[in-house]
Amino acid sequence: MAIKLIFPEHQFAMTDAHAGGLKELKFVVNGKSRAIRIDPGTPLLYILRNELGLCSPRYGCGSEQCGACKVIVDGKMGFACTLTAEELDGCDIRTLEGLAVDGSLHVLQQAFLAENAAQCGYCASGIIMTAALLLEENQAPSRSEIQQALVGNLCRCGAHNRIIQAIQRAAQELSIE
Amino acid sequence: MSKELPAALAQNPDLDRWLCFDEHETLTLRTGKVELGQGIKTALAMICAEELDLDLSRIRVQSGDTEVCPNEFMTAGSMSVEGSGSAIRQVSAEARHYLMRLAADLLNAPFDELVIENGHVRHPSTNRSTTYWELMAGRRFDLQASGEISPKSADTHQLVGTRVQRIDLYAKFTGQPVFIQDQNFPRMVHGRILRPPGYLHTLQSLAADTIRAMPGVLSVLVDGSFAGVVAETEMQVIAARNKMQALANWSRNGLLPKPEDIHDFLTSHVSVSLPVVDGMPVEEPVPAIIQTEAAAVRLAATYTKPFHMHGAIGPSAAVAEWREGKLKLWSHSQGPMVVRGAIAQVLKMRPEDIHVMHVENAGCYGHNGADDAALDACMLAQSVPDRPVLLKWSREDEHAWEPYGPAMVLKLQADLDGNGNITAWNHDTYSNTHMGRPIPFGSVSNFIAAWHKAEPMPKPEARPGMALHGGMHRNSDPYYTLPRKRIIKHLVQEAPIRTSSTRGLGAYGNVFAIESFMDELAHTAGLDPVEFRLQHLQDQRAIDVVKTSMDAALKARRRNRADAKANDKRAAYGHGMAFARYKNSKCYVAVCVDLMVNTETSEIKLIHAVIAADAGQVIDPDGLSNQLEGGFIQSASWTLKEQVNFDENGITSRDWETYPILTFPEIPTVDVILLDHPEEPSLGSGEATQGPTSAAIANAVFDATGLRLRDIPFTPDKLVSAALKSR
Repeated sequence: MAIKLIFPEHQFAMTDAHAGGLKELKFVVNGKSRAIRIDPGTPLLYILRNELGLCSPRYGCGSEQCGACKVIVDGKMGFACTLTAEELDGCDIRTLEGLAVDGSLHVLQQAFLAENAAQCGYCASGIIMTAALLLEENQAPSRSEIQQALVGNLCRCGAHNRIIQAIQRAAQELSIE
Repeated sequence: MSKELPAALAQNPDLDRWLCFDEHETLTLRTGKVELGQGIKTALAMICAEELDLDLSRIRVQSGDTEVCPNEFMTAGSMSVEGSGSAIRQVSAEARHYLMRLAADLLNAPFDELVIENGHVRHPSTNRSTTYWELMAGRRFDLQASGEISPKSADTHQLVGTRVQRIDLYAKFTGQPVFIQDQNFPRMVHGRILRPPGYLHTLQSLAADTIRAMPGVLSVLVDGSFAGVVAETEMQVIAARNKMQALANWSRNGLLPKPEDIHDFLTSHVSVSLPVVDGMPVEEPVPAIIQTEAAAVRLAATYTKPFHMHGAIGPSAAVAEWREGKLKLWSHSQGPMVVRGAIAQVLKMRPEDIHVMHVENAGCYGHNGADDAALDACMLAQSVPDRPVLLKWSREDEHAWEPYGPAMVLKLQADLDGNGNITAWNHDTYSNTHMGRPIPFGSVSNFIAAWHKAEPMPKPEARPGMALHGGMHRNSDPYYTLPRKRIIKHLVQEAPIRTSSTRGLGAYGNVFAIESFMDELAHTAGLDPVEFRLQHLQDQRAIDVVKTSMDAALKARRRNRADAKANDKRAAYGHGMAFARYKNSKCYVAVCVDLMVNTETSEIKLIHAVIAADAGQVIDPDGLSNQLEGGFIQSASWTLKEQVNFDENGITSRDWETYPILTFPEIPTVDVILLDHPEEPSLGSGEATQGPTSAAIANAVFDATGLRLRDIPFTPDKLVSAALKSR
C-alpha cells in the first residue's frame, strides 16, 4: 500500500520544473550587491545560509508557520523558507547580520542583550528582524501591538515576556535619541 | 579535615579535567552538562568566577566533549546547578588555594596577606604581584581534588546571586554560527533521511538506483526500513530525498488504537503496578483503596493528559564524520557520553572510537530527536568515508518521530473528617514509560534507526523506574502531611505511541491531578482552597511561597481587573493557585493564575501569573527567573492547547498547524518572585513550574465558571462539554 506523506520538507523540489537551468540573479543583501547563478526555485533561506554564509535566518518549519527564517525584503516581512530566488530578482534583503552598523550593535540587539531576552535563542533572529520592521513603522508600540506583530514567530522556551520587554526598551531608547 | 567531595567531582577528581588556564589570560571551564538554552553555562561560569576571583568575561565554557570534559552523564532532571555547580565550586576553590600557595612562594609573601583581583595576585605591602597565568605558565595542575579546602561562604559572594548578562547571547543576537545546523566543515556534504509514514509501516521498495543517478547524490543508504541519502549540496539532497519519498512503497502492518480510546487503554491494559512510598516504588503487592469510616467528605476524580510534544523550534540535526574506523560526531544530545555508548552498541564499535562534541540546537527540555539524528548521521557518514555529513531532520521528521511525553491517567480519591483534615488519600498513576532514552543495554535499543535496520534491534521492554521520584511517579506523593496515603504507579508496558522524557516527567500530570483535587476537596467541604492547603503543610518554606504568591497575585489582580472588568461583559474572570515542591526535595513553587473565560467562544485567556519560588541559594537570579517563567509558559501551552493527534495509520500532528502552541498574543504578563536563601543549598528548579501551572489554570477556570476541567488540553470544546455535563 502506497501512502503519501503530508507536508514534505519543500514541495517545490517535488516538481521537475526546477531540476535544471541555472539563472543569474541579482539582489542586494545587507547593503551589498550580489549576483549569483542559481536554480531559480531555490528558497532564499538556502541562498542566504549556503551561498552567502549568513546563518541568522534559521530553518524551523519550511512553511511560514514559525518565523525562525524571517528577513526583511524590500521593506516588508518575508519568510526566507518559501520565497524563491526568482521572486527576489532585484530585491533588497536585510538579515540580522546587517543590523549592526560599523561594529556598533542595533538598539534592538543592545536591548535584547540587556534583557537577556532569550533562552536557546534559535527563534531570536526572526523575532529581532520582525521587531526591527515594527519599530520602523511604529516608534512607540504598545505591548499588544508588539504581541500582534510577533503572532507569526514561535518561541518554545517561553522567553516571550523578555522579548516584549526588550522591544519596549529599544523603542524607549529610540525615542530618547 | 577533608569533606566528602561532590559526586561529580569524586567521579572526575583531576583538576585538569575541569580547569585550564589559557594563553590569553582566560580560563577554560569544562563541564559534562550541556547548554539547552537554560543558561547553564552562565550559572556554572559564575560559580567558577566567584571562587577564583575572576571576571566572568575571562571564562570560556567548554561542555559535553567526551574526550576532554568530565563525564556527567545526562543534562536532565534539574540537577546541573546542584551537581556540576557544587563540583565546580569545590574544584575552583582548590585551584585558587593551590595558586595562592604558588604565589606566596614566588612573591615571598605570607599566604594570608595576598589579594586577588581578576586573576592577578598581589602582595599589597611590598606591591609585588603575579597572575594565575604566570603561575601556571601553561602547565597542568596534576592535582586531584582533596576536599580539604572550603569554598567561600555564601555571605562573602560578590558575583553569585547578582544579575549578569548571559555569556552566550551576544553570538546568538548577532547571527553567528552557534547552532548545530550552522556547522560548516571543509568537504562537508548534506544528509537527509526518509522515515516511514507511520510507526507500523515497513519499506517495500525505494528505486534506489533512480535516486543514485540524481545530480550530486553520493550515497543512498537503505537498510531494512531505514532510508537515507547524502549529496554534495543541500538543495541536491532535498531534491533526492523528496524523490525518494515520491517513489517509496510502504506496507502497513496493524493499526494504532483510536486516540479517543487511549486513556481507557491505559487503565484497562495489563500493567506493572507498584506502591510508591515516600516517592520510592517498592516491590510489594498493591493494597486496597484506603477509606475511613465515617468520613465527612469522600471524593474521587479522574484526570487525564494527552501525549505532548517537545516541539523544539529547530528540528534535530547532527554532523558525523567516518574516518579510518572512527567517528567524530557533533550532536545536541543531552547526554553526549551516554549517546556515544548507545551508538557504539548499534554500530558494533568501541565507545572510545566515537568522539562526541556537544553543539547547541533549539531548546525544548527533554528527549527529542537529538539522539536519533546523531545515529542517523553516523550511519550516513559510514556510507561516505572521510566526508563530514550534516544531517538535518525536517519539521515533519521531528513532529512525527520525536518521543512524546506520555498520555497519563490519574485517579484520586480522598476522605476528609469534620474538621477538614484529610484522613485518607489514594493516587493511582497510569502511563507508558517516561524513560525511553537510548542507553546501551543488551541487544535492545531505543533508536528509531536501530528498530528499522534489516537486522533490527528491538525496543527494550519498558521497566518501571525504581528511583526516588524517578519517572511517572515523580511528585505523585503529595508534599502535604497526610496520615494515610496509598500511591500506586501503573506502568503500561505496551506503548502504541513512542514516548520518553519531557520536562518534569510524571510531575506535570501528577501535580495537575493533586493540586486540582485539593481545590475540589476544599470546595466540596466548603473550605478556602488556600487555607485548606496551608492546614496540611508543615514546611515553613512551602507556606512562605504559597503566601507570597497569593499576596502578590491579589495586588496584581486589583490592578489588572480595574482596567479589564469594565469593558467586557462576556468575560468571566477567575483566579487559581497551585503549589508543589519539585521531587519533594527541590525547588518550592507556588503559581497563581488570573484568567478570563470568554463566555461566548469558551476560549480561555491568561491575563497574569505570579510565580513564587524558593530555590535555596540563587546563583543566577535572572537565569532562574527565566527558567521558571519559561516553564510556566511551556506548561500553559501544554495545558491550554497541545495534544499529539493520530489516527489508526499514524501521527497526524506533523507541523505547527496540526500541533498549535501558545503564541505571542496569548502570553500573559508574569511576575517571578524569588525567595532567596543564600545559606541553604541550591535546589533544582528548571522543571519546577511545569506541574503547578496546569492546576493553577484548572483552578482558575473553576473559579471563573464553576466548571471543573480534568482532561488536558483545555480547548473550548472541553469547556462546552463540561458545561453540558454540569446541567
